[in-house]
Amino acid sequence: MNDFQQQTLSHAQALLDNGAQAAPVWLSELREQGARRFADTGWPTRRTENWKYTPLGSLGKKSFSVAQPEPALDAPAQLELDAYRIVINNGVLDRAASTQLPPEVTLFGEANAEQTAIIEKHLGRLADSEQHLFAAMSEALLAEGVLLHVPANSVLDKPLYIVNQVSDESDCLANTRLLVVLETGAEAEVIEHYLTASDASAGFVNAQTEVVIGDNARFKHYRLNLEGEAIHHVGGVFAELQRDANFDGFAIAKGAELMRIDYGLLHRGPGAHVELNGVYLPRNKQLVDYHTNVQHCVPHCTTNEVFRGIIGDRAKAVFNGRIHIHKDAQKTLAELSNKNLLTSNKAEVDTKPELEIYADDVRCAHGATVSQINDAALYYLQTRGVSKSQARVMLSFGFVNELIQQVANPAVLDYLMPELAQQFGRDTDLLLLDGDSFE
Amino acid sequence: MLRIDNLHASVEDKQILKGLSLEVKPGEVHAIMGPNGAGKSTLGNVLSGRDGYEVGEGVVEFNGKNLLELEVEERAREGLFLAFQYPVEIPGVSNMEFLKVSVDAVRKHKGLPELSSVEFMKLARATSQKVKLDQAFLKRGVNEGFSGGEKKRNEILQMMLLEPSLCILDETDSGLDIDALQTVADGVNAMRNEDRSFIVVTHYQRLLDYIVPDYVHVLADGKIVKSGDKSLAKELEAKGYGWLEGGVA
Repeated sequence: MNDFQQQTLSHAQALLDNGAQAAPVWLSELREQGARRFADTGWPTRRTENWKYTPLGSLGKKSFSVAQPEPALDAPAQLELDAYRIVINNGVLDRAASTQLPPEVTLFGEANAEQTAIIEKHLGRLADSEQHLFAAMSEALLAEGVLLHVPANSVLDKPLYIVNQVSDESDCLANTRLLVVLETGAEAEVIEHYLTASDASAGFVNAQTEVVIGDNARFKHYRLNLEGEAIHHVGGVFAELQRDANFDGFAIAKGAELMRIDYGLLHRGPGAHVELNGVYLPRNKQLVDYHTNVQHCVPHCTTNEVFRGIIGDRAKAVFNGRIHIHKDAQKTLAELSNKNLLTSNKAEVDTKPELEIYADDVRCAHGATVSQINDAALYYLQTRGVSKSQARVMLSFGFVNELIQQVANPAVLDYLMPELAQQFGRDTDLLLLDGDSFE
Repeated sequence: MLRIDNLHASVEDKQILKGLSLEVKPGEVHAIMGPNGAGKSTLGNVLSGRDGYEVGEGVVEFNGKNLLELEVEERAREGLFLAFQYPVEIPGVSNMEFLKVSVDAVRKHKGLPELSSVEFMKLARATSQKVKLDQAFLKRGVNEGFSGGEKKRNEILQMMLLEPSLCILDETDSGLDIDALQTVADGVNAMRNEDRSFIVVTHYQRLLDYIVPDYVHVLADGKIVKSGDKSLAKELEAKGYGWLEGGVA
C-alpha cells in the first residue's frame, strides 16, 4: 500500500473513531463502506483500463494534510452573478463569504429529518464507490456536503454557485460533495467553480457530484475547473435522468498536475435528453483527463456530446467517451464528437471512443479527430496582414470558441472570455466585439 | 508598381509557370485570361507567397522591393491583396474580429494609429453596406456558412477596408450570379484610382464587361502568349483559346 492509500485510510479511521458518538449512523456506515472499498480496489496500475493513460504513480507518493478552516487571503475573482453562493476554502465552508441559503439548499450536517432521508436515500447511489476509487475515498473521508433539493414543479429562483477554492500552499486535502435531487417537473441551475489563489496553490481536490433528475425535470450544470497547474483534482459528475428529464452540461478544464473528471450519465426514463459540451486546454506539462460514460437503458432518449481540446507544449490530454446502448434502448439518438488540436509536436492526446450497442433500432454517431492548425486558414489570415503567430492564436481560439459561444449563462461567458483571452494571449476587447454594445 | 520578369514556378516538382513576364503600372487594370491549367491561380499564389510554390528563376519587384523575399503577411502589409477564388471558412473566429486584426496590422505597418473598436465597427458596417453584405455576416465566423456570392462580397469588403495598392482578383467572378457580379464590379470600380492597380484573373469574358481592363493578356502553358487591349477579350470569347495554344506549341 502506498503513502497516499495509507494516509487516506488512517484519516478515515480517525474520522470513524472520533466521530463515533457525534456522527449519525448513516454517515458512519457510508464512511466505513468507502474505506473498505478504497482498500479493496487497490491502486491503479498501467494495466487498469480506466487509468491507462493517466498514471497515478506520483500521486501515490504524495501526502496531504486534512483540510483546516482557513479563510482565503487573496480570494481569486468570482463570477459576477446574482446567485446563492457557497464558498469553500481549502475544503472548508467559509460562511462569511457565502450568502444566505434558500430552503432548498442545506449542508448535510444541518439537514432536517426530511432532507436527511433524501441524503440517506441517494448519497453514494450514482457515484458508485465500487467502480470509482476516488468516489470510495470521498465516502471514506466524508465530513460535510451540500444538498440541493428542489420540490416538485418548482424552480430554484437563482442559480446555486459553489466556489471551491484552494488558497494555501500546504497541500491541503479538499474532499467535497454535492447532491442534487430534482423532483418531478423541478428546475435548477448549478455552477461549480474550482479555482486557486495562484499557480503555486497546491492541494488535492476530490469533488464528487450526484444529480437525480426526476420526471420532466431540468438541470443546467456548469463545471469550471480553472485551477492553477500545481493542483491535483479528481472529480465526478454522476447524473440519473428519469422520464423526459433534461441535463444540460458544460465543462471546461485547464490542465494541472492531475486533472481527472468523470461524467457518468444514465438515461433511466424514456424521452430524456443529455446535452454536454466540454473544452480542455492543457499547456506546459499539464494533464487533463475526461472520462465520460453515457448509458441508454430505455428507449427514445437522446444524447448530444461534444468535447474539444487544445493541447500545447508538452501537455497531455486524455479523452475517453463511452456510449453504452442497452438492449431495450430502441430509438436512441446519440452523438459524440471529440476534436483535438495539437499546437506543439511534443503535445499528446489519447482519445478513445467507445460505442457499445445492444439495440438494433438506434442512430449513433461517434467520432474523434486529432489535427494540427489548418494551413489553408493560416495562409488566408496571413494574406490579410496577420502575423503567423497571431494567426495561430486566432485559429486555436476559434477552435474552442465555437463551443464557448454556446454557453447560455452570460455571467459564465463574461468570466470565461477574458480568462481564455489571457490563456491565448489576446486582447479581450476584440473577443467581445460583437457590435451589440455599440448599436 | 509590379514588375514580373521571366518567372518560373513549380508545385510538387511540376513546372507550372514557365517564364512569365508582366509589368503593371500604377492605376492600370490588367486582365489575365486563359484556359484551365494554364497557371492562372498559381500566379496569385506565388505573388501572395503561399507555401508549396517553388520559384525557380525570375524576378518579382513590388514597389521597388524584392517581393519573393517577403513573408506572406509582409506582402499584405506592403499593399498586395489577393481576393481568393475559394475563400477559406474559419468557424469560431468572428468576421468582425478578423477584419479588425487585419486592418490594425496593415495600418500599423503604414504608421497609422489603430482605429478604436467603435470607429472600426462604424467603418465595417458602412463598407458592408457598399458590398451589399448584411451586417449579420460581420458577427458570424469568417466565411462560415456563407454562400458563394457572400464569400466573394466578403473578399471585396476586406479589399475595401485594407486599401491595398495592388489587388489580384483570382477568378472572383466564377460561379457568381449577375447581381453579385455587379456588386463585386462596383466595388472594384469604386476603388479604381491613379495609384491603385488591379490584376483580374478570369476564365470568362463576362466580368470584363463590368470591370473594363486597360490590358488583356492570355496565359497559356505557364507564360503570357498574347497581349492586347480589351478587344482581345471579345476575340477570345468568340474564338476560344485553341488558336493561341496551337500557336504556342
